[in-house]
Amino acid sequence: MSSAPLLEVRGLNAWYGESHVLHGVDLDIREGETVTLLGRNGAGKTTTLRAIMGILRRREGVIRLRGKDLLGLPLHKVAQSGLGYVPEERGIFASLNVSENLMLPPTVSEGGMSVEEIYSLFPNLHERRSSQGTKLSGGEQQMLAIARVLRTGARIILLDEPTEGLAPVIVQRIGDVLVALKKRGMTILLVEQNFRFAKKVADRFYLMEDGRMVNSFPGHELDARMDELHEVLGV
Amino acid sequence: MSTIFGIPAPALYGQILIGLINGSFYAMLSLGLAVIFGLLRVINFAHGAQYMLGAFAAYLLLSWLGIGYWPALILAPLIVGAIAVVIEKTMLSRLYGVDPLYGLLLTFGLALILEGAFRYWFGAAGQPYSPPPQLTGAVNLGFMFMPIYRGWVVIASLVICLGTWLLIEKTRLGAYLRAATENATLVQAFGVNVPLLLTLTYGLGAALAGLAGVLAAPIYQVSPLMGSNLIIIVFAVVVVGGMGSILGAIVTGYVLGVLEGLTKVFYPEASSIVIFVIMAIVLLVRPAGLFGREE
Repeated sequence: MSSAPLLEVRGLNAWYGESHVLHGVDLDIREGETVTLLGRNGAGKTTTLRAIMGILRRREGVIRLRGKDLLGLPLHKVAQSGLGYVPEERGIFASLNVSENLMLPPTVSEGGMSVEEIYSLFPNLHERRSSQGTKLSGGEQQMLAIARVLRTGARIILLDEPTEGLAPVIVQRIGDVLVALKKRGMTILLVEQNFRFAKKVADRFYLMEDGRMVNSFPGHELDARMDELHEVLGV
Repeated sequence: MSTIFGIPAPALYGQILIGLINGSFYAMLSLGLAVIFGLLRVINFAHGAQYMLGAFAAYLLLSWLGIGYWPALILAPLIVGAIAVVIEKTMLSRLYGVDPLYGLLLTFGLALILEGAFRYWFGAAGQPYSPPPQLTGAVNLGFMFMPIYRGWVVIASLVICLGTWLLIEKTRLGAYLRAATENATLVQAFGVNVPLLLTLTYGLGAALAGLAGVLAAPIYQVSPLMGSNLIIIVFAVVVVGGMGSILGAIVTGYVLGVLEGLTKVFYPEASSIVIFVIMAIVLLVRPAGLFGREE
């Protein structure tokens, strides 16, 4: 694990208007790694993803992908450098059908999944490909939101609470999908409140509190640190 | 002579045809307004001036360069679209993210400047523009005589509206446009160059107005105020159809055009206000418009 990080975040500060929401966040993700951000609601996990993607524009610090600066890029260039974003609210478009939603994000590099592969991974989406995107169930919408960035050849996917509000059987399905993606060598930055889910896929954890990174530890230490985590997360 | 509801049939057919022709222009213009409003959230008050520019472009291409109707049908919308692209890049794009009222004020100001400039150069009187020789004359439909050029306008506008609708509903570019109308930030976060999409959309909307202007030149005279006379009605059409609704703009354009024509037959006194009365009723009963989605 001595290789240079694929994605490197150093001293990231960010603001929503006047309010200073990220305070010097540091984060490294190596190629093929799955890293999970833990923290209470409002700790800055979603904000970190939005700041990395460039959706949150008022930022300072360093964000580098393979050593290339992302901070100065216009929003659409960030995805083109290989980041795929799966937002917390899923962002399925009501005026597009399932297949149009799937095809919407432009290809950013070679090596993305083909539409056939995606439909074999998510058979429900194939069945419902002509339905309006927002007519899908919550779980199907989440799968569509994930499937959408797999087609583009993005090297890192930023997944914001993919299991939120979903039935256990769907959570299980999404976990299987993430494991399959890891096997394919996909790099994943995951925001997740569900420990059991995160434990199954995460190589490393970062713990956030009040817009700061307060700790980081490898995935196998999760159980040993449960008491500490309960204290910080208040769960 | 045969009558329908006590009205001589030829008068009725004649007014329906006039209604269809007016409706063709309402549809083409409200379509462009709807496309622009949907994505840019700008109420494009310059739309009437862009329609006028299209007609003047055709007129000037002919009188200065001897370029006739058919090439003008392509060139004039390109010219108007190119001017709109410059306006969007240099001015309108600075107003995204602030109160939409600013976009309205800017485009309203631009309309006044354009119309004022053309009045200064060409006077308020209209300039004649002849239809191309292939489309002159009239054809006997059995129940009425129809000037060929007017039939052409109705057909051309149907093709233009259908083509635009297909572009938006069935192509990849259209999918970007629809998605960006819902959530532009997310579409851009996926790697779509949304600022460019906004520029092209404004250019497309204005080019549609310019195209309508060329089609209108042989029917109405080419005059600096031809757009401002029409644009208020077109805004009413957009409100009735539902702001931002593509299909709503098209269908409402034709339907209100014909309704206005019929009113001229049955109760002429009301013909100039019927569209606004319908608008008021629609606003009371369905504020989002007939085809609009409640937000």
